[in-house]
This record gives sequence, structure tokens and C-alpha cells, in this order.
Amino acid sequence: MSKQVPIAEGLFTWPAARPALLASRCKHCGVASFPAAESCMACSGQDVAIEELPGRGTLWTWTIQQFMPKTPYKSNETAQTFRPYGVGYVELPGGVRVEGRLTENDPQKLHIGMPMEVVFEPYRTEDNGDEVISFFFKPVN
Amino acid sequence: MDVAIVGIGIHPFGRTPSRTGLQQGAYAARLALQDAGIEWRDIQFAFGGSASAGSADALVNELGLTGIPFINVANGCATGGSSLISAFNAIKSGEYDIGMVTGFDKHDRGAFNADPKELGIGEWYGEVGMMMTTQFFAMKIQKYMHDYAISTDSLVKVSEKAFINGAKNPNAWRREPISAEEIANSTMVNNPLTKFMFCSPAEGGVAMVLCRADHATRYTDTPVYLKAATMKSRRFGSFEVFAPSQALVQVDGPTVDASKAAFEMAGVGPRDMHVMQLQDTEVGAEIMHMAENGFCEHGEQEALIQAGATHIGGSMPVNTDGGCLANGEPIGASGLRQVYENVLQLRGQAGEHQVPGNPKLAYTHVYGAPGISAVTILQR
Repeated sequence: MSKQVPIAEGLFTWPAARPALLASRCKHCGVASFPAAESCMACSGQDVAIEELPGRGTLWTWTIQQFMPKTPYKSNETAQTFRPYGVGYVELPGGVRVEGRLTENDPQKLHIGMPMEVVFEPYRTEDNGDEVISFFFKPVN
Repeated sequence: MDVAIVGIGIHPFGRTPSRTGLQQGAYAARLALQDAGIEWRDIQFAFGGSASAGSADALVNELGLTGIPFINVANGCATGGSSLISAFNAIKSGEYDIGMVTGFDKHDRGAFNADPKELGIGEWYGEVGMMMTTQFFAMKIQKYMHDYAISTDSLVKVSEKAFINGAKNPNAWRREPISAEEIANSTMVNNPLTKFMFCSPAEGGVAMVLCRADHATRYTDTPVYLKAATMKSRRFGSFEVFAPSQALVQVDGPTVDASKAAFEMAGVGPRDMHVMQLQDTEVGAEIMHMAENGFCEHGEQEALIQAGATHIGGSMPVNTDGGCLANGEPIGASGLRQVYENVLQLRGQAGEHQVPGNPKLAYTHVYGAPGISAVTILQR
């Protein structure tokens, strides 16, 4: 039977009633890292705690990927069905700026500083029927 | 011990189906030896690099098996810079009198497809389509245009200049000027950057002979001295390519760090430079690197570019050989191409792309994944 699986373990809580991105926060210097890491890139400390990042933030910068990337890109698209997609960094207050795909791909509808929220949606379907879930940032209306 | 460059060689950049990358490297090496008036057997050591065209030390099969230490260097876009620093230090230490640095490459068409695993990033990052250097450069200039009021027209003008300069350089890949209109209206790749605003992977080779400065006039009447060669990696908080996240507090990137270290080493400042080659993976990079290397304040690029200051006859000529935009980017050779161009400029041998006024000091800068930068300062 097909099921929903996260694109990577430890990237976000899944399954969860309210899924969230997961970061590690250094107990020594207080800096957060995404994805969660075993040591701190800021101070080299190895004492870290996993925490959920806030679900809302602001768009720090963005672009639109207009052509289909080569491997390691892995979606269900073909050259014919590829649709350009947005990519951006979203500043999550108190956490980090996380890079993610955007649900919006119209450059007219994206601007630096706009409010965004993280959503978790099916990204591709595997050969065995499993739906792979990934995270995206969506403009907040 | 000071270090001099006494021989230079280049294989034309672009596409050469008839020669392997290694053969292009050997071609450049032979020209460098000829330029210095020496034989391969006179070379005491070599550093070299190639990302996609085999091991650089396989060059000995082409040039001759003389038993010298030939060390392979693999440092992404800073491969050439790293080879040069290694040779610089080998001679400065007094261990060797004369050696060679070389870089060559031959890449497939289209954007590089980097592997996240090699950089310690999860496979998901590539699977969702974020393992793309082009996206980073687009997002960095997008933010920069927003913060410092750089216009889209200035992006176009940087590209237009690159192809004007490339047309004057017999070793460049793209040797036809492209109109501003065609650049602006070419296919959008990663907003705000269009196809003609990006460089492409390509082929080419560069080699140079370095020796201790007090021996330089044995080999040439026009020695060029390597006053500084520095390389830095990213510090925590800098905004870099292939970063799934970045810190809330931003710090200066490796370009700023490598640049400051180079000026300190050479005992000169940005205003003293007469010609500069700055990493132009795309047009935004050239614009941002002008300020990051200390040649202007952030935001001043708009007025400088609109006034034509970065053209060959301008007050601060940038990428006089057409840069990566007109030459393409064979990773192993790209940084050394910049140094080759500056040696020509300082010797007064750059022909149609020669900067007027007998330039005396010249600057090179490379930047690449995953956040590294190398700088050189040359003086005649």
C-alpha cells in the first residue's frame, strides 16, 4: 500500500499534526543550524539540541529556476512537463534563513520582505507508489 | 625570496574537439616553457589542476618523465589560484628556484551538475533542485539590487562589455559583440539573469613558469612579480553557494577576506591597481565583486558602470580579456587565465585589449563553491 514518506529523515517532523522544520541549536553559543547538525558551524561546539523552527518568516531573497536541472534533480517531471519553480531564503525569526522551494513561480508575485509560511506537500511519487513529502515556502495572504 | 613569472602559455578557450583537456594543458605548458626560453627538464616542481579532464600530473606523459614532484590541486574554481599559491610558497621558502603551475579542463555542455554528497549536503537538496550555482548567483544579485539600487540595465552593460572585450582577445571563446537588446531579451535562466549574463563551462589550458625573483632576468626582459597570492574559505555567517541555510547575522565573505590579506601582503591598496580581473560567473558577480574587493563602495557600481569606467579605456578596467563570460569557465584553467591576462597587460603585450597608460599593478580574483576565494596582485 502506498504511503507518504519524508524526502529525508530529520529534516522536519513527520508524521505530525503540525509538522515543522527541525534545526539544531548550539548550547554553547546559541546559534541554530538547518538541517540539524551534530556540531556547530559557528563555534565548533558539539553539544546541540534539536528544536522546531517557526513556521512563518519573511522572504530574504529569491529567484525562479527556469530550466529543468540535470541529476541529482529528482522529480516526476520530464522536459515536456517541467514547470519553472521559485527558490528563496526565508528568514525565520530567532532561527536561521532557510533555503527552500517556493510554491509561487510568478516573479511578479514575489518580493523581498514579503511574509511566507512553510508548508509540507507531496513532491514526487516513487515507483512503489509512495508519495515523497518535502517542504515549501508559500506566500501568506 | 620574491617570486617572478617569467613564462606564460595558453591554449585558446572555448571548444576544441580535436584535443583532449590534457593535450590543451600540454600545449599551454610548451608555450610557457618557450616563453621562458627553457626546457621541461629545467622545471624543478609543478602544481596543477583539472576538474573534469583527468589528473594534471598526467601531463608528464606528454612533456617528459623527469622525476619532478608534480602535485595535483583540486580546489574547485580556486584550483588555479591554489596552485599558484603553492608554487609561490615553494619558491619563497627557498626550497626551489623554478617551477610550473598549470590548469586545464574540458567540461560537458550545460550547467555543472554538482553532487551534494561531495560537499556534505543531504541528497534531498539536489533532488528538489537547489544544487545549482546559478540560483545562488541569481539570489545574491537579486538581494544586492534591492539593497543597493543596481539596475537591470547595469547587468546588461556588464555582459555587453564582456563580449566587446572578448572580440578583441584572440584566445577568447566568444568573439562577437552581442547587442544590449539581445542580452536583455535572451532566455531567462534564473531571474533576474538571462542566458547571455552567465558564463558556460568550456575548455582551455593555461601554464606559467615561476622562478625566484633574483633569477628572473635570466629568462625574460619583462619579469612580472607576484606580490601577493592569497586564498580564503568562508567564515560562519557569510552568504555562500550550496548553503541549505544561512545565519541571521551576515559577515563578510571569503572574497573580502582574501582581498584584504592580499593588499596587506603586497603593501598596496585598491586605488593602486591599474587593471583587474574579477570572477564573473555571471554579470552580478562582477558587480558585487567590484565592491567586495575594495574597488568601490557598495552601490557605487551603478554610476561607474553607466559611465563606462570598467571598460578597457575607463578608470578601472575590469575583465579586459572578456572574463568568464566571453571565455567560458574551464574550472582548472580559469583562475590562471586571469593571471595570464594580467601578465600580458603588464608586459604591454595585450594587443587590442591592452589597457592604456603602461599599467604597473594588476589584480586577479576568483570565487567558487562552496565559498572560497583566491586573489593575486602582480607588479612589473
